[in-house]
Amino acid sequence: MAAGGTSRRIGAVGSRILQAVPVVFGVIVISFLLTRALPGDPAVQFAGQMATKESIEETRVKLGLDKSLPEQFLVYLGQLARGDLGQSVSTGQPVTRDLANRLPASLELTFCALILSCLIAIPLGVMAATRPGSAVDQVCRILVTAGVSLPTFFTGVLLIYVFYYILGIAPSPLGRLDFLYIEPPKVTGFFLVDAALIGDWETWGAALRQLILPASTLALFTLAPIARMTRAAMLSALSADYIRTARAAGLGRARVLYGYAFRNALLPVVTTLGMVFSFVLGANVLVEKVFAWPGIGSYAVEALVVSDYAAVQGFVLAMALLFVCLNLVIDLAYSVIDPRFGTEAQ
Amino acid sequence: MLSVKDLQVAFRTRRGEVNAVRGISFELARGERLGIVGESGSGKSVTSYALMRILDAGGRIKAGEAVYSGLDLRRASEREMKDIRGREIGMIFQNPRAALNPIRKVGHQLEDVLIRHARTTRAKARGAAIAALEAVKIRDAAARYDAYPFELSGGMCQRVVIAIALACDPRLLICDEPTTGLDITTQKAVMDLVDELVRDRAMSSILITHDLGLASQYCDRIVVMKDGEIVEEGAPARLFTAPAHAYTRKLVDATPRVGASLRSLLPEEARTPLPPRAVPDRPLVEIRDLVKTYQGKSGPVHAVKGVSFTLHEGESLGLVGESGCGKSTTSSMLVRLLDRTSGQILFRGEDLGAIPAAGFARHPLRSRIQMVFQDATDSLNPRAAARDAIAEPLRRLSGLSGLSGAAMAARVAELARLTGLPEHLLDRYPHQLSGGQKARVGIARAIAPEPDLLILDEPTAALDVSIQAVVLNLLADLRARLGMSYLFVSHDLNVVRLLCDRVIVMQGGEIVEEGPAERVMSAPAHPYTRALLSAAPRAPARPAA
Amino acid sequence: MTDVPLSPAAVPPRRQGFAGHVGHVLRENPVTGLSFAMFAGLVLAAVAGPALVPYDPLATDAANALQAPSGAHWFGTDNLGRDVFSRVVVATRLDLMISVLAVAVSFVVGSVLGAVAGYRGGWTDAVTSRVLDTIMAFPLFVLAMGIVAALGNSVANIIWATAIINIPFYARVVRAEVNIRREAGFTLAAKLAGNSDARVLAVHIFPNALPPMMVQVSLNLGWSILNAAGLSFIGLGVRPPTPEWGIMVAEGANYIISGEWWMAVFPGLALMLAVFTFNLMGDGLRDIVDPRRRT
Repeated sequence: MAAGGTSRRIGAVGSRILQAVPVVFGVIVISFLLTRALPGDPAVQFAGQMATKESIEETRVKLGLDKSLPEQFLVYLGQLARGDLGQSVSTGQPVTRDLANRLPASLELTFCALILSCLIAIPLGVMAATRPGSAVDQVCRILVTAGVSLPTFFTGVLLIYVFYYILGIAPSPLGRLDFLYIEPPKVTGFFLVDAALIGDWETWGAALRQLILPASTLALFTLAPIARMTRAAMLSALSADYIRTARAAGLGRARVLYGYAFRNALLPVVTTLGMVFSFVLGANVLVEKVFAWPGIGSYAVEALVVSDYAAVQGFVLAMALLFVCLNLVIDLAYSVIDPRFGTEAQ
Repeated sequence: MLSVKDLQVAFRTRRGEVNAVRGISFELARGERLGIVGESGSGKSVTSYALMRILDAGGRIKAGEAVYSGLDLRRASEREMKDIRGREIGMIFQNPRAALNPIRKVGHQLEDVLIRHARTTRAKARGAAIAALEAVKIRDAAARYDAYPFELSGGMCQRVVIAIALACDPRLLICDEPTTGLDITTQKAVMDLVDELVRDRAMSSILITHDLGLASQYCDRIVVMKDGEIVEEGAPARLFTAPAHAYTRKLVDATPRVGASLRSLLPEEARTPLPPRAVPDRPLVEIRDLVKTYQGKSGPVHAVKGVSFTLHEGESLGLVGESGCGKSTTSSMLVRLLDRTSGQILFRGEDLGAIPAAGFARHPLRSRIQMVFQDATDSLNPRAAARDAIAEPLRRLSGLSGLSGAAMAARVAELARLTGLPEHLLDRYPHQLSGGQKARVGIARAIAPEPDLLILDEPTAALDVSIQAVVLNLLADLRARLGMSYLFVSHDLNVVRLLCDRVIVMQGGEIVEEGPAERVMSAPAHPYTRALLSAAPRAPARPAA
Repeated sequence: MTDVPLSPAAVPPRRQGFAGHVGHVLRENPVTGLSFAMFAGLVLAAVAGPALVPYDPLATDAANALQAPSGAHWFGTDNLGRDVFSRVVVATRLDLMISVLAVAVSFVVGSVLGAVAGYRGGWTDAVTSRVLDTIMAFPLFVLAMGIVAALGNSVANIIWATAIINIPFYARVVRAEVNIRREAGFTLAAKLAGNSDARVLAVHIFPNALPPMMVQVSLNLGWSILNAAGLSFIGLGVRPPTPEWGIMVAEGANYIISGEWWMAVFPGLALMLAVFTFNLMGDGLRDIVDPRRRT
């Protein structure tokens, strides 16, 4: 039975990975349609400022815009397969390269924010659920209601005002590293990791100081959904029949709370993380703008200002693919925790 | 061994404090098997949680004492209680699948308990857990050790729960409705197992149940609870032959038992003679070679494999079997909610099976066949008042839509009278009605279009036994008055027998036995029928009143 | 969906009318009552705001630029000398309109999609679910950015983009609610009472999905307004000098590091207040459409 269970789970994981294929295809179709719905004539845009009528036509043929929509889609697929998202008008670089250069900054910010948020929200939710009606519970409830009302860009601005302008303890909110420091040699692109790798703790500290405010802004935003789901899941797990069985068998409080209730409560929390990622990747764009963080979000915002559509569309597609991968990781994590994964009992 | 004195349990709710148990006292001797019997809301389960001190949040023992081997369970420290639970007192629960942690291997759940009470060490835990599984007669226990609850059947899950409860050799076992949600043959297997284990280990046991018959079969002594109080206590035979309290008498009367008639289920003053019934003659429905095959994930599922039977005008036919036997599928096809795979459903000679279920709502014969559903709560739209629910078929079904508002109100009131639903309840929503009242609304709605055939799908399964008695009698009266035919679908032969002339027993999608109800009960021909009959808890017969 | 199972003529007066029920819900829970009062305030600002404010929200006054809050300018003035209070109040109409319209569109489209998918099941369900999954496969704010960038920078497109990213939420809630009731006893009973499938779905099943949907509506009104403000913040949709909370925070953000806090803080607080109001209304909206709350 155990062996059968294992092979079934591996099969379920495989089928989950296969399920991502049509989603990726759908994402590509939507992003293609968005590209084609661009206002104005892309050929005019790509031909540049000095274009003549002939050079515009030439560009049109070069870009394949004279072909039918399905043909254009095939061409688009071909370009994607080569990792070609077009040329950014503003930077003059291929969009793919721009995105690759800036992605680590965004990821470092996002992951730090999420880790911070989980470290606070999950214990808070658990405590609120185990002591309903207590002070912790009240704090949790206020935080959850107020937290979802916070516009990230506004929280960011407020934090800058308080910690930079009034208290003066935060560095100026401009980028990942104060100009006094030199970027650590690129290995992962995560400054905290790269600086630690070469043992440059001074740079490490400087990078951390820059990171704290934007990461806290994002974390504040994600605190509410995670805490709310943890509290609800924990409450529902604690009222389940198997908890009564465990208590009636004399198991200790810690064992019942963590071994039985918390592990079951984790399942809906992990599922919620998918939604939280969706929010956080969107909020990332706003936070990067507020803190002039050189990630792909601020790249897209700068591109929007100058109507650099290839860059914007490349960004949208990259974000979607990233999100699909994150969801896949979440489901795989789920399959590890839940033995029912892939069965009808789930 | 256990002495409960004036125990009171209260719950804090939004509407103030509610007393669930109001001062009960009983004694339990070593080796004694005590039954606590009561209907829903009687406080019987709360009593057991209070003894274990595992009351839900908001509940507390308000007063009284419960002394177990010299220790007052009310005043014991939490630390002492932890040692009592599982080691001194074991407990098993209803709905066994939910009672096990869904994401932990059953072997590990057993080990948790064994290790907690120092019955084994980590190194030897696996062997001890397997031994505990073997003790409850789980075959191939070593393989089951690695199973998760969702991989096991309901009966198997209950065995695991029993194994957990008995793992540390407690001296008292509390069983809280241990057979709810299990099939009738599984019920018997589980109860026999518990009984055998309790006797072998010379333990005491408390069986908490709503089923007086079950308690009388497995207990030495029974206390009857109502509204948080004990109304009577005594040996099962004495309770059945000479119940002292009016409530006990009512409960004893209402429990279906060998030799009882429909009216004898009611309190004596309500036993009016049954009205005469139409004699079955012409066939109303002829089912011929009815087949239903689903496309399941792992190949086709043969739910009904070529069933044939006839239902006569004015006849009451019982369709009996355990879950998965195909009885519900058959009745769904007959009531035209489900399309058949092949075969015929002849209704007065017309093949209904040929009419797609999706379009049958507008068919003139729709009003001829109606149904009373299993769960009265689930079968009423929570957004519709009782009046709307009853009026709906009158309005929608052909020929009745022309009624004016006043005539409609009058007709609804008449239906309410027929089904014994007080008229002032008609404007209530389902959540404001009791279970019995909801059942009446469901019946009134079903008979509103004056159908020729009424399908009763376990109409009393979710009801307390005293309400079941009333509803069954109501159904008998309605049939006599309105001349309908019944197809009564149920798992319980004892109940079916009361209302039906003839009985069909189904197993695995096929009919295994068919015949007059009394004959099938007294001289079952098929082994499966015999198994069903012997599995049903048998209340002691009582002298005809 | 307007078809009521029973004509009023046949129903003797109920114990409590709908208005009475609403009044009961508002009185029963002070938070609900407060949230509805706050909502009334927002609606008042949206309707009558432009007529009530002391200054023209677009009138610049270079001499009075960047004034801190005072008796004359409650919320101070911005870098062009415009009155921040007037601009904050006037912006209510636009922000409220965007979120309400977007939620209305996604409510209707999502309900129809979800109800049909949940009731029919099979390939209808499979196709609908795949399409919705594809929308949900984008981080939603990012998708909204892409849509507005592609369709063009206008208020209408902000509404469409916000509606599209919200549709999956409604569709999923309705699908789940319909699906669990597809085989429920009262659904079968409605069929036996002669209702066609479409009628069963519209009259008997769908209204039961309303309570959880109302919670979703309240959350979505908040998200939508945040979403629209966020898009404006990065320069999409509404354009200056139109007063809009997101733009005003964006403009104010440039001055916050030099200490002129009021330009960003007041529109930001207005935004928070609106979102907070919507979120608080959720339970009340649910109780109003839930018959089980009636006594």
